[in-house]
Amino acid sequence: MSRRVSIAYLIGLGLLLLAPMFIYPILVMKVLCFALFACAFNLLLGYTGLLSFGHAVFLGSAAYVTGHALKVWELPTLLGLLAGTGAATLLGWAIGSLAIRRQGIYFAMVTLALAQMVFFLFLQAPFTGGEDGLQGVPRGTLFGLDLADDINLYYLVLAIFAGSFWLIQRTIHSPFGQILKAIRENEPRAISLGYDVAKYKLLAFVLSAGLAGLAGATKTLVFKFATLTDAHWHTSGEVVLMTLLGGMGTVFGPVVGATVIVTLQNELADKVGSLVTVIMGAIFVICVLAFRRGIVGESLALYQRMIGQKNR
Amino acid sequence: MTEIFGVPIQALFGQLMLGLVNGSFYAVLSLGLAVIFGMLNIINFAHGALYMTGAMLAWIFLEYLGVGYWWSLVLAPICVGLIGIVIERLMLQWLYKLDHLYGLLLTFGLALMIEGLFRDLYGVAGQPYSIPEELSGAFNLGFMFLPKYRAWIVVASLTVCLLTWYMIEKTRLGAYLRAATENPKLTQAFGINVPLMVMLTYGFGVGLAGFAGVLAAPASQVGPLMGSNLIIVVFAVVVIGGMGSILGSVVTGLGLGIIEGMTKVFWPEASATVVFMIMAVVLMIRPAGLFGREK
Repeated sequence: MSRRVSIAYLIGLGLLLLAPMFIYPILVMKVLCFALFACAFNLLLGYTGLLSFGHAVFLGSAAYVTGHALKVWELPTLLGLLAGTGAATLLGWAIGSLAIRRQGIYFAMVTLALAQMVFFLFLQAPFTGGEDGLQGVPRGTLFGLDLADDINLYYLVLAIFAGSFWLIQRTIHSPFGQILKAIRENEPRAISLGYDVAKYKLLAFVLSAGLAGLAGATKTLVFKFATLTDAHWHTSGEVVLMTLLGGMGTVFGPVVGATVIVTLQNELADKVGSLVTVIMGAIFVICVLAFRRGIVGESLALYQRMIGQKNR
Repeated sequence: MTEIFGVPIQALFGQLMLGLVNGSFYAVLSLGLAVIFGMLNIINFAHGALYMTGAMLAWIFLEYLGVGYWWSLVLAPICVGLIGIVIERLMLQWLYKLDHLYGLLLTFGLALMIEGLFRDLYGVAGQPYSIPEELSGAFNLGFMFLPKYRAWIVVASLTVCLLTWYMIEKTRLGAYLRAATENPKLTQAFGINVPLMVMLTYGFGVGLAGFAGVLAAPASQVGPLMGSNLIIVVFAVVVIGGMGSILGSVVTGLGLGIIEGMTKVFWPEASATVVFMIMAVVLMIRPAGLFGREK
C-alpha cells in the first residue's frame, strides 16, 4: 500500500475501533459486511474490468452454508465461517469457469443467469427453508469469547473486514494485480504478451467470490439468519450500485458506497416504503449519466485539479 | 386415456401449448433485445420492466378509461415506444461513446425505477385482466382442447416476429438500418440520419416488449413483478441463441419454451432452471451461441 493509503487505512481502523461506543453496533457490522462484499466485487469490476451481475449468489450461498453448519451440524463458529467461505469459493470456480468463456456484456448476462439458476435451487432445496429462510442461527463462541454479545462480535467482524481489506490491497499491488489491470486495459495485448488471460480472470473471479462469501458468512453471524434475499438479483444490483456510487477501481470507493447505501436504506425503509427501489434506481441512473467516477473518484479528481492549479 | 411415457396425452399437449406460449414471449422479447443491441450496442435491462409497463398500461386503460383489449394492443405498445424514445433522447444517447457496460447499468437503474413506481402505485399483488370475448373459449381438436387465447398469443407473436424480419431484411428502411448497424459513420456520410434511426430502433424494440406485455395480460396476472424474472430467462435465451440473426432468436425462443414446457411434464423440479442449464451446456460446447458469431 502507498503511504497515503496506509495512513487513511489506519485512521479508518482507529475510527472503527471506537465506533460501537457511538453507533448501534449491528448497523456498523452490516455496513462492514456489505463494504467487504463491495470491495470483493470491486476487485473484479474495478481492477479486472469484469462486470459480474450475479455476485449476490456467493453472498447468499455462504450465508446458507454457514447458517446450516452452525445450526444443524453445530460446528464451532470459525469452522462455520470457513465452510461458508469455502462453498462460495467452489461455486465461484464453477460459475467463473463458465462465465469467462464470454466477454463484456455477455459475461454480465451469463453470471446473472447462472446466479438465477442457483437462486431457484435455493428456493427449492429443503435445507434453505424456502421463503422463510434459515432462522435462529447460533453465533457460538470464539477463543472463549461469547459472540452473543454484540461488542465481542463487532471486534471479530472488524478483524475479518480489516484483514480482507488488507488482502485485497495486497492483491491489487502484487504482480498478479498488475496483470489483472493489464487485462482490464487491453486484453488482446495481455494475451500477446504471453499471459494466460483466462487463468488470471478465473483466479480473480474465484478470489472475489470467496471474499464475497466471507462477507455473507459473517453476515449470517451478525443477523443470526440467512434468507433468499441474500441471493436475489436485487442484491447483486445493490453491490454494483455501491461500487459505482463509491467509485469503481478506487481503494476506498466501495467502502464509502456501501456505507452510503446501507445507511440510506436504513433511514428510508420505514419512511418511503417501496419507493426505496425507485430511489436506488435513480441513484444508479444519476451515477451512470453524470458521476461515473463515484464519490471517491470525483473527490480525488477535484483534489488533483486543485493541486495542479496551485503548482501552476 | 392415451398415455405417452406414462403421461396422459392431454397433459402433454397442454404443456406443449404452454411451452409454445412462453416460447412466443421469449421470441418477441429476445428479438427486441437483439434489434436494440445491433443498433445501440446496449443490452436493455429495462426490457422486462417495459414489458410489464405494456401489460399495466393495458390494465390501466381498461380500468380507468374503459379502453378495450384490441385498442390496448395498438395503443400500449405505442406508449411504451414513446417512453423508450424519451429514455433514448434523455439518457442513452450520452452513453454510446462509453463502455457498453454503462448502458446495462443505466437500464438496470431504469428497470428498478419503473418497477418500484408501479409497485408503489398498485402494490405487489397481480390484477386480473379478462380475455376478450372473441378469444375466450377453446377449440376442440379431438385429442385436446386448445384455448383460443393461447393459440392467439402464438399466432400474434409469430406474425410480429415475421413482420419485423421482413422489415429489416427486405425493405429500404431495413437496408438503412442494417447499414447503420454495420458502419454508422459511413451510413451517416451517405446522408442518412443515423441518430434518428437509433432513436426509432430503441422505440421499436421496447414497443415490441410492450406488445408482448399486452399479449401476456389476459394470460397471467398483471403485476409489477411480472417482468423481472422473465427478463433473466430471456437473457439466457439470448446467450444460447446469440444475437446474430433474427430468425435465430425466434427459433431459439420457441424451442426453449417447448423444452421448458416438456420439462414441466417429465421433471417438474427442474422446469425453473432448465433454460439456465442449457445455457451452461451451450457455453461449454459453443461459447458464441447457436446462431452467434464470435466477434
